[in-house]
Amino acid sequence: MVLKIFFPQCCNRADSGLLVGRWISGHDSAVVLAVIHYPFIPGQVKQYIQQMQAQSGVELSVLGSWSLPKEGQEGMESFLRDLSTIFPQERWLQIKRQMGKTGFTCEILNRDQNDQHDDSDNKKKQEKKKEEEEGEEEEKVIFVHYEQRKVMLSQLHPIENGVPDPKTEPPSELRQVFQTVARSQPLFFLDRYDDGPLKSTHWQSEGREASIIMELLKQASVPLCLLISWLLSVWTWICNVRIFSLYPLRFLSSKLSTCVQLSYRTEHLRTLSSAKPATGHTEFMRKSNILVSFLIDVALGLLLISWLYRDDHIRMLANTLVPAADHVAKELEELLQWLMGAPAGLKMNRALDQVLGRFFLYHIHLWISYIHLMSPFIEGILWYGGLSACLGLTFALSLLSDMVALLTFHIYCFYVYGARLYCLKIYGLSSLWRLFRGKKWNVLRQRVDSCSYDLDQLFIGTLLFTILLFLLPTTALYYLVFTLLRLGVVLFQGILHLSVDFINSFPLFAMGLRICRSYRLGEGVKFRVLCEEPGTALHLLMEINPLKCSTVVQTYRTPTYSCYPKDSWAALIKKLFVGELIYPWRHKSTKTD
Amino acid sequence: MEDETYTDINGKAISLDCQSHSGLCREFTVSSAKVSIGKVMVYTCSVWLFAYAVFFFTQNTAVLSCAILITLVGMMFHIHFVKVDHESLLVIGSLGIQVSSSYASGRETTTFIEMSRIKDIVINEAIYMHQIIYYLCVLLKDPSEPNAVSSVVPLFQNSKPRLNCLVKVYKSCQEILSKC
Repeated sequence: MVLKIFFPQCCNRADSGLLVGRWISGHDSAVVLAVIHYPFIPGQVKQYIQQMQAQSGVELSVLGSWSLPKEGQEGMESFLRDLSTIFPQERWLQIKRQMGKTGFTCEILNRDQNDQHDDSDNKKKQEKKKEEEEGEEEEKVIFVHYEQRKVMLSQLHPIENGVPDPKTEPPSELRQVFQTVARSQPLFFLDRYDDGPLKSTHWQSEGREASIIMELLKQASVPLCLLISWLLSVWTWICNVRIFSLYPLRFLSSKLSTCVQLSYRTEHLRTLSSAKPATGHTEFMRKSNILVSFLIDVALGLLLISWLYRDDHIRMLANTLVPAADHVAKELEELLQWLMGAPAGLKMNRALDQVLGRFFLYHIHLWISYIHLMSPFIEGILWYGGLSACLGLTFALSLLSDMVALLTFHIYCFYVYGARLYCLKIYGLSSLWRLFRGKKWNVLRQRVDSCSYDLDQLFIGTLLFTILLFLLPTTALYYLVFTLLRLGVVLFQGILHLSVDFINSFPLFAMGLRICRSYRLGEGVKFRVLCEEPGTALHLLMEINPLKCSTVVQTYRTPTYSCYPKDSWAALIKKLFVGELIYPWRHKSTKTD
Repeated sequence: MEDETYTDINGKAISLDCQSHSGLCREFTVSSAKVSIGKVMVYTCSVWLFAYAVFFFTQNTAVLSCAILITLVGMMFHIHFVKVDHESLLVIGSLGIQVSSSYASGRETTTFIEMSRIKDIVINEAIYMHQIIYYLCVLLKDPSEPNAVSSVVPLFQNSKPRLNCLVKVYKSCQEILSKC
């Protein structure tokens, strides 16, 4: 069987010593984590390894010996060979390297060979076995070099949460290697400036790495989290006051996107300000994504505020708003006058036309008076509403969407009236058409059955059918016009909601990590053959294959209350044709619908 | 280190390079033809002639700059995402198989499949319209179900070499896979 040794690149030039690492169970491989240098006391080494095992939970052991002889260290090899008796193992690896050569040589001593007596016969047997091994040794050992720091920080995807379930098969070899290196962090705390009895080489042995900014942030985050959680508890208490649980307010708050966004952000802040640090990679990424997206949101909101509140932009906006509403109302009136005449050359039924037209004109008149009533307050509303952008750009967008919904409420009303009228007409027509042909809808069996009608039923039914049929173009036209207007408003609101959803859910932190530190999110590994000298074992370099950007977005997307199209296109067109009221965007909310 | 001339299924010449790094590790590289300068010139000239004709009728210089932009972007897109320069297969006994394709701009996409997931490497045949195509593929298995094939990964999809090339690669791979 081929033995695979995962060797860290930082130990390529380490001084001679002992190899500390882990044997991967189930596969014929070993991971070397560090090299402990001579001089050492074996008892202290054993104690250190037990300590590290307790701290990290990794089954560490002494794998073998490493020798890179420098000048004046000739006797090292035999000394290191004799160490195999002090550290009892199943297998003892002896890895040697010459200065100036790039290849390693490895000998494997099995336990039963160590127990042999020192007879000449047995010595000959040992020499023969060693020769055989040397002859085939390039086929018996593969060295896989890995960069320790990157493998330690990397996370392989798809993420398997380490729940040790005896029924499922153990994780694959590479995953075990990554997990071993990641969990052996306590081993890498011993650097060369420590005054302890042992000296070791690993990726941090030149000095422990830390960042002052991260440490300061960690210290500052504790009181900040306490403050945020206290503020959140106050806010939740206010929200749960009984007066807000009355039916109309609850219904309203579930429909207004600002309130929904507010509750969503409160949930996020609650996640962020929890006292426990993140356990596991997924939770850490989730928290970081939430934090980064919240900060970016607030930054964009402040940018919007800085643009809005200088140069009297608010007054300009308020001054254009009322004339714009007037203009829209005038256009609608003209549209209705056109419909009341002979629109597009079609001949309408005069009476119905006048009724519907006057009805809608009166509505518009009401709405315009309402706007004129509000016009002195518009600037104030805009000014205070713009302040909400300091909570984030998403709030400003949600507020805009809500304001658009309120301002175009009359279009929504027209649409509902037109749709209901049209729907009634269509149902009436279809039922009377069935009567015309002598059939009936069987509600019990949900199918069309034949039915014999009386003469007067047939007579009245035919009359009504004719009336409805000839009134159909008028109603259909009004319905068409108002549906198009409503769809336009819905489209605009949909765009606003989609951009809010995008800001909410896009995993900016994960994308930044993928771009700047691509080794942290790994899809797999890739191997490269390192050029070696003939006669030595095979050396491979293992690099981390970064995750594809689309997979990053898919895996780390923050779940939101996103609005997505409820019906497919075909269902939507069918509903429009029949006259059912359409609510094309559905909110994925948990409580109300 | 051999380099005979093979062809792909459409008749274009490709080359196969087998490198044996050790008894357990072999690498096979199939290289397709490079981007031909003649084709590039033909496409560029035709696009620009068309743009010049449109400019002649509309007298709008934006058409010309558009055409230049389209040509540049199209060429960059082609060499970065479409044109495959060579595909390689690295078989490491008892570790796994690495499949990588390298594009004309130098971009490389690599996938590594571990040995515990590999059931076998076989040559499959497929019927495509009027042709029967042979392709080399890796059969994957779920480690929990060693007898069922969970999925199939075809190799050398862009170069599409013919059977003689595939047989050579197949025999080499089977030697390594049978050892471990």
